[in-house]
Amino acid sequence: MKTIRDLLPGQQGVIRRLLNTGSMRRRLLDIGMIEGTRIECVGRSPAGDPAAYLIRGAVIAIRGEDGCGVVIDGREGAVWD
Amino acid sequence: MGLTVDSMGKNSVDSGLEIRKRSPEDRVVAIAGNPNVGKSTLFNALTGMNQHTGNWPGKTVANAQGYCESAAHGYVLVDIPGTYSLMAHSAEEEVARNFICFGEPDATVIVCDATCLERNLNLVLQTLEVCGRALVCVNLVDEAQKRGIRIDFEGLSRRLGVPVIPTVARKKRTLRAVLDALDAMMEAPPRAPMEIRYPDCVERAVARILPAAERCAAGRLPPRWLCLKLLDPDESLLRELTLYLGANPLEDEQLAAEVQAARSESGLDKDAWKDAVVSGVVRAAERICRGVVGGGAEGYSPRDRRIDRMLTGQHTAYPVMLAMLAFVFWLTIAGANGPSEALSRGLFALQDRLTELFEWLHAPEWLHGALVLGAYRVLAWVVAVMLPPMAIFFPLFTLLEDAGFLPRIAYNLDCPFRKCCACGKQALTMCMGFGCNAAGVVGCRIIDSPRERLIAILTNSFVPCNGRFPTLIALITMFFAISAGGWMDSVWAALMLTMAILLSVGMTFAASRLLSKTVLRGAPSSFTLELPPYRRPQIGKVLVRSVFDRTLFVLGRAAAVAAPAGLVIWLMANVTLGGRSLLIHCAAALDPFARLMGLDGVILTAFILGLPANEIVMPIALMAYLAQGTLMEPGSTAEMKRILLENGWTWLTALCTMLFSLFHWPCSTTLATIRRETGSWKWTALAAALPTAIGMALCMLVAGAARLIG
Repeated sequence: MKTIRDLLPGQQGVIRRLLNTGSMRRRLLDIGMIEGTRIECVGRSPAGDPAAYLIRGAVIAIRGEDGCGVVIDGREGAVWD
Repeated sequence: MGLTVDSMGKNSVDSGLEIRKRSPEDRVVAIAGNPNVGKSTLFNALTGMNQHTGNWPGKTVANAQGYCESAAHGYVLVDIPGTYSLMAHSAEEEVARNFICFGEPDATVIVCDATCLERNLNLVLQTLEVCGRALVCVNLVDEAQKRGIRIDFEGLSRRLGVPVIPTVARKKRTLRAVLDALDAMMEAPPRAPMEIRYPDCVERAVARILPAAERCAAGRLPPRWLCLKLLDPDESLLRELTLYLGANPLEDEQLAAEVQAARSESGLDKDAWKDAVVSGVVRAAERICRGVVGGGAEGYSPRDRRIDRMLTGQHTAYPVMLAMLAFVFWLTIAGANGPSEALSRGLFALQDRLTELFEWLHAPEWLHGALVLGAYRVLAWVVAVMLPPMAIFFPLFTLLEDAGFLPRIAYNLDCPFRKCCACGKQALTMCMGFGCNAAGVVGCRIIDSPRERLIAILTNSFVPCNGRFPTLIALITMFFAISAGGWMDSVWAALMLTMAILLSVGMTFAASRLLSKTVLRGAPSSFTLELPPYRRPQIGKVLVRSVFDRTLFVLGRAAAVAAPAGLVIWLMANVTLGGRSLLIHCAAALDPFARLMGLDGVILTAFILGLPANEIVMPIALMAYLAQGTLMEPGSTAEMKRILLENGWTWLTALCTMLFSLFHWPCSTTLATIRRETGSWKWTALAAALPTAIGMALCMLVAGAARLIG
């Protein structure tokens, strides 16, 4: 099962479902992370975690422990730039 | 660093915001929107007020109100905190939701960011579900245009059923249309709330309880909206609903039974229900945007990518951040030197004139002493020492803030903060603390988890505020500068200051960790943080605003405290008891303990008397020394150093004073704010005790070690 945590900077995927619960789930939904949403990893913070993702035109930082609940399509993300 | 008259005044906390209308016909308009879309900028432009603005989400944490007039009406505008949705999570989002849903504004203006309109529509749709009169401002259309984004405003307006107005909040003339639309809207009857089409299972449940909910809403809330909320209630919303309707709707047995039945009939558990509702809104937003928004590279531009690669890159992030910090300090120190000297020469020349005036008036000696040597001289010192560095530091900091650097700092520092079981957003409140700790404490509302919020509040005063920077800078230049001459001096001073700041940041981490392992135990909670696009700061405006709003405000506050404090000090130095002045008594009593910490009784007395404002600690100490000895004018730093040396200061005294200045009790304004924000004297006491204990321990350690070595 691939999650957004597995995305390297420049790779993208399509969200399939969220395993997160409670307030984190609501937060992710609020920023538009529903099924079928395209998501791209655009970078990692200097310590490696959190990472930054491009979601519906906004760059949002998400921690690894939360990101591993966001299941994405299995196909390899296209590498950009 | 949200420090303005407004953010510090009565408006800063909305424990039940009281709308102040100028006449009964005035209309109340809420200004809502996602975080960081320019709500406060729009608010300021319309009301002529100076609510603090900055390019980072979470800057407005409380409702603020202002007044503006159009051709037909007077409007009380309420600037509410930014939120992504009305399904609230954190304290400041609840503030927003409560006002939109239950504050009964006459109209709601929803501000959107034209560069990511679709995501903004999430909040727009949720608001239109509950509000009768509403209009949508699509802000930042200039930036959208630059990126080649095309928006069909009329089409959007037709689909949403409300007026849609393109604006550039920075440009005032684009805002006339907003007022015109508001006027037109006030004449027309309110429209019916929008109905979003949800998945069938949700719609069936809503249809089932609608009749019962209609009765319960009693015309005060849209019944459909009430249904959706009752089917998926959260505690805080239910509390507000109960307050608003005067009774808990779920205590109505028939309604409660219907809700129960509808929920089980839907076959969805709590998470699945939420998903269905939220997806309904997001899909509706997608549908609406299709065909009316087009073109352009949305969001993250190649330029922003390049900047972020440097500012948040694995190898570059920390060095670049440090270098920027040191550079800002260097500019502050190097630039403030000359003006400071000139100011103090001028102000002390004025003191001589004042003395002559008093002599000419044959005023009694005590009056001259109290007013000129007491009040005026401390005031002059505060102005001469504080004004130039603040007038440089504030605008520089505001520029960085406006450009969008602060969220990147939080992003970079999240990992270390999480290791201390705290929240990365604490980095933002810490940065605000550099401006003013009280403002930093209020800013802690952006942190969701109550535990992490308390940690951020309790440790905020570990970073030096503006009141303490001048003391640090003065002591560094006097005692630790290498006299290589020229620009090397200021570079060295800036590096020393950077080290001091690093120490205070390190101590923030240590204290956060200590708290999270003892009284505030718990795991770090989840967090999401938006990294907004970089924006070119409005340099002219930043200069004017930061000088007038912040610099003069902080200075005014310092002066308001410094003058009376000077008076008190003069009295203490001149009222004698048993042949010795009160000040000497006081200093003598504290002296043995102060010596342990590498200070002396006078310095410790000065810190205690400096409780109202940290700015006046050094002036008080100087006053005390001067009152006991020769009356010299502490005009230049060289003169000041001479006075301190005469009173037994060494580099160790200076070092310990700096340490104690970094770590001691917060000023009284901050303490009052902590009391208000935590609602507890116990936490307030801890917020004072923790830095004090650490400061004392550090000073004793340093002093002890230095004495051991020799």
